[in-house]
Amino acid sequence: MSLWKYSNPSKFLTTSERILPWVWTLAAICLIGGLVWGFFFTPDDYRMGSTVKIFYLHVPAALMAINAWLMMLIASLIWLIRRHHVSALAARAAAPVGAAMTVIALVTGAIWGQPMWGTWWVWDPRLTSFLILFLFYLGYIALWSAIEDPDTAADLTSITCLVGSVFALLSRYAVNFWNQGLHQGASMSLDKEQNVANVFWFPAVTCIAGFVLLFVALVLYRTGTEIRARRMRALLARERAVA
Amino acid sequence: MMPDLGKYADTVLWSYVAAVVVLGAVVAMTFWRGRRVRAELAEVEARVAGKAGTNG
Repeated sequence: MSLWKYSNPSKFLTTSERILPWVWTLAAICLIGGLVWGFFFTPDDYRMGSTVKIFYLHVPAALMAINAWLMMLIASLIWLIRRHHVSALAARAAAPVGAAMTVIALVTGAIWGQPMWGTWWVWDPRLTSFLILFLFYLGYIALWSAIEDPDTAADLTSITCLVGSVFALLSRYAVNFWNQGLHQGASMSLDKEQNVANVFWFPAVTCIAGFVLLFVALVLYRTGTEIRARRMRALLARERAVA
Repeated sequence: MMPDLGKYADTVLWSYVAAVVVLGAVVAMTFWRGRRVRAELAEVEARVAGKAGTNG
């Protein structure tokens, strides 16, 4: 059995349609369950008060904003090396979802920052690299729309994705590179000493699982839509050529 | 049932509203475009099949 068989659009569509109901259901259970758990059944933090509840949205969204770009990077590399159309379309499908995750991370961070830091925004290394990542998302989406030939669009957006990966990684590790700025280090860690208390950790992990599953469901569904749109364009082009 | 959010109630609630609106918009747009493309493709495939039948 080879992973490459899913580069066949028909195989991808039949497989994704079979698993999508399960992924949607699991995403809804984890996301709603995790957010309800975090919002209603966890205590306030002794320093942050009730604003700790924003953590259940901000951390999973920020995590997915970076990981969505890394998924696009892998799909773009597959396109550049093996020329599988499904991988290029999967990268295209993931971009608006990643951009939405970036918006959630930026907005919830700004709303949280106002009472905690006394400002909505600061040109801190992590915040700035995150804003640049968002601009890369917008540029990537615009580039796909601006170029008519799909293969040329896939080539150019793949290169954009490679360049943007620098900012995706920078936004993840910016806090470690520079010991300046307001943004704190990672709240979730495999190191027990650095990790948040279990009472916050368990609902946060459930929310992260929910965000990951929602991302997977959205990307599978949207890739199917892109495959159909590509087939439609090919049929219309053939129709025009015959006429 | 509603937890006491104290002086940060607005901050917390606006964060949840913003996130739900953005996530809801992405999901709604995904389904809207998905259904539209499916319907358009079915129409084009039917037209192409019809023409092939007429020519054949």
